[in-house]
Amino acid sequence: MADDIIISRDDWSLHRKGHLDQSRHKEKVEEVIKQQMGDLIVDESIILSDGKKNTKIPMRSLEEFRFRYDFNKQNHTGQGSKKMAPGDILGREQAAGKGRGKGSGAGEEPGQDIYEAEVSYEDLANILFEELRLPNLDDKKRPLIAHDRPEFNDVRKKGLMANVDKKRTLLESIKRQAFSKKLDKDKKIKITPEDLRFKTWETRPNFETNAVILAMMDTSGSMGQFEKYISRTFFFWMVRFLRLKYENVEMRFLAHHTEAKEVTEEEFFTRGESGGTRCSSVYKFALDLIEKDYPPAHYNIYPVHFTDGDNIGSDNSRALTLMKNLVEVSQVVGYGEILRTHYSSTLMSTLKRISDPKLRLVTIRDRNEVYDALKTVFS
Amino acid sequence: MDSEMEALSKAAQEIAQVARGMGLDFYSVNFEIVPAEALYTFGAYGMPVRFTHWSFGKAFYKMKMQYDLNLSRIYELVVNTNPAYAFLLEGNRFVQNKLVIGHVYAHVDFFKHNHYFSRTPKDMVERMSAHAERIHDYEIKYGRDKVEKFMDAVLAIQEHVDYRAHIGPLQEFENLGKLERMSERQLFNQMGCQGNCDKGVVKSLGKGNSVKQTKKGVASPYEDLWEDLSRDDSGVDSPHEFEDLLLYLIKFAPGLEHWQKDIVSIIREESLYFYPQIETKIMNEGWATFWHARIMRELSLTDSEAIEFALMHSQVVQPSRLGLNPYYLGVKIWEHLAEKRSISELFELREIENDLSFIRNHLSKELVEDLNLFNYRKVGAHWQVTENEWEKVRDNLVKQLVNGGHPRIVVIERDFEGKGGLLLKHCHEGVDLDIIYLEKTLALVQFLWGKSVALETVVDNKKFIYESSNGMVSRRLASKSEENNGK
Repeated sequence: MADDIIISRDDWSLHRKGHLDQSRHKEKVEEVIKQQMGDLIVDESIILSDGKKNTKIPMRSLEEFRFRYDFNKQNHTGQGSKKMAPGDILGREQAAGKGRGKGSGAGEEPGQDIYEAEVSYEDLANILFEELRLPNLDDKKRPLIAHDRPEFNDVRKKGLMANVDKKRTLLESIKRQAFSKKLDKDKKIKITPEDLRFKTWETRPNFETNAVILAMMDTSGSMGQFEKYISRTFFFWMVRFLRLKYENVEMRFLAHHTEAKEVTEEEFFTRGESGGTRCSSVYKFALDLIEKDYPPAHYNIYPVHFTDGDNIGSDNSRALTLMKNLVEVSQVVGYGEILRTHYSSTLMSTLKRISDPKLRLVTIRDRNEVYDALKTVFS
Repeated sequence: MDSEMEALSKAAQEIAQVARGMGLDFYSVNFEIVPAEALYTFGAYGMPVRFTHWSFGKAFYKMKMQYDLNLSRIYELVVNTNPAYAFLLEGNRFVQNKLVIGHVYAHVDFFKHNHYFSRTPKDMVERMSAHAERIHDYEIKYGRDKVEKFMDAVLAIQEHVDYRAHIGPLQEFENLGKLERMSERQLFNQMGCQGNCDKGVVKSLGKGNSVKQTKKGVASPYEDLWEDLSRDDSGVDSPHEFEDLLLYLIKFAPGLEHWQKDIVSIIREESLYFYPQIETKIMNEGWATFWHARIMRELSLTDSEAIEFALMHSQVVQPSRLGLNPYYLGVKIWEHLAEKRSISELFELREIENDLSFIRNHLSKELVEDLNLFNYRKVGAHWQVTENEWEKVRDNLVKQLVNGGHPRIVVIERDFEGKGGLLLKHCHEGVDLDIIYLEKTLALVQFLWGKSVALETVVDNKKFIYESSNGMVSRRLASKSEENNGK
């Protein structure tokens, strides 16, 4: 019998169903990210990436829960390219959350969820910063004289030749020739005056607002890897957050033990020193720096100090006085104690006497508390 | 473009003739050429039109990305209906499409004749699009978030339907009104085979298994069978163990509104429709691959076409590194069978078997050795080969196919400890459940049930009861007396 064959072809260009549900999935992933923010922002792969714009962070897609077997307790069947004998090793367990692809490369079901949807660093930052705000933002610190700044934000058919938009012009030319169906014999793309596109700009008043972060860290012997990593994470997000709000964010790194000095960023996070701790030294240093370089009338100043709180007892009253001065000239002062024990330090209790809400005191005991600390300081 | 379609249509005609000449018998097939965008959507949803849910979006994104990165490619997609629909990927080359068309005809032959498909509705395209509309209406009426939250929970247990729906009296539970009027007794009787946890399927395989379920020494392998029969005869009412979780919810969940029951019933119907495809994946893909190769050999191909065909065919049956490529495994078994049996015997096998029986009956010693199959598991931090004896490999594969690879969960009662809670039981067959998933899923079932939901399972040889109430999941050892009984 002869078959009637129907072969058809339709226009599917408006078929968006997959994309619609995909964007819903993405929305839900973002909701989850918000809930997991505390864990995510301390992820080393982000912090150590220096936040380059195109950095993508691995993100598990949303899980679809069901009753299923424990993959790790199951006996699986596989196929080899050669004969396999009992005892042969196929692979190692992958570090949790790391790496792409399937955990073991085997089986059908449980491995699947390890595929990752990627959320760009920017997405993450946006979600994070949605929750934060800049406290005590001082409008007066905008200089009165604003200078104009051009902003290229439109494309037109007429304009200055110097501002020709080459890419769009070429596209127009290709489009026109495709429509006319008269492809040039020698296949040269010709540009006619109608193809030309120009970038145009508007001028906007530009308010230069400046902010400076004074990153202060205790580098005495008691500050270990963990403490440094925590403070680094905190500063990492802090800088990114401030850059979003200010044209110009400067950062100065001040390290101290019993004496304070300015160091480079690298030294700040890597070098460890020994000795005792005298916190007043760095407060003094910061105040001098502010007086010299950052007049409070023109700068939004954010000093943040991380320590393990192990301050020499006799120094506490001096530290308190200097801290009061520091709070006065700054928008917000953060004081973070990174502790692994459950008591808090005498310096902390001393500083608690300052009632000015501009002073934000936080204690971090665990990696995932960085997020709460950020929220405390920037709220 | 028209000439291309014409050539394709001519080729399809020729292939259909060749295929029928070889004995394949299929519904007529409507082919449609679609862009990747559309094909991958169908692949993710399982159907050209289906209800909306983010999990499909996730699947679509994964699949599409694989395609965009050139990692994998779906050439075709067949829908099991009468007439069947087959979608071909735009940009397939002519010879690729020839292969795909042969492949499609063999699939449709399988759908038409395999017993497990005998009760799948042949108008599923229309049904599913009606489902999609109904769910969309609910979204408008009750709000998207509310519907979505409900569907999240139902989809989490969508596998727990009565997968033996192809045998016993024909069940039509889609009519909610009728279902509601049905007495409990009638329902239980209609359900035909009820699973009995303690008479697990694994017993015949489980000799090396650490779990000892046998309470008394079993004298012959069929002892338990007799026992079951005699018990039924004596009329003693053994407690029902209800396997169709979704149906149970529709009938007994205290707080479900009509629209919610309707959604459960929709998801149940679609799950039942897809189940035979899951349980015949290896066979069906093997069958289609086996036949496309034979069909292509009958066509007159140019040299370059022949090479292209060989290349594509070898990609399709490429062994994957650790997992098992169902195309490859399936086609190898069929080819192996074809060496020893007549074609008519092959046709008979494609009628009566599913993956489980197919592997159990036909994965031979030579094949296991020829394909270098082995069992492996996690030992410490390593994945290690544990066995390569052919019977153990076969049995392990079979075990993974039991119940479609899903744990068997049955309902024991709906007034647990007198508080209206639902008690489920995991029929432990040697492998523990994923506890994180168990806890999350239990909370979802609780959301559906309204009151608390408990599940009995075994973790590291100890019986535990997990209970979810008020959004909290707790765990406790099953009571002592029960445990003693279990031993």
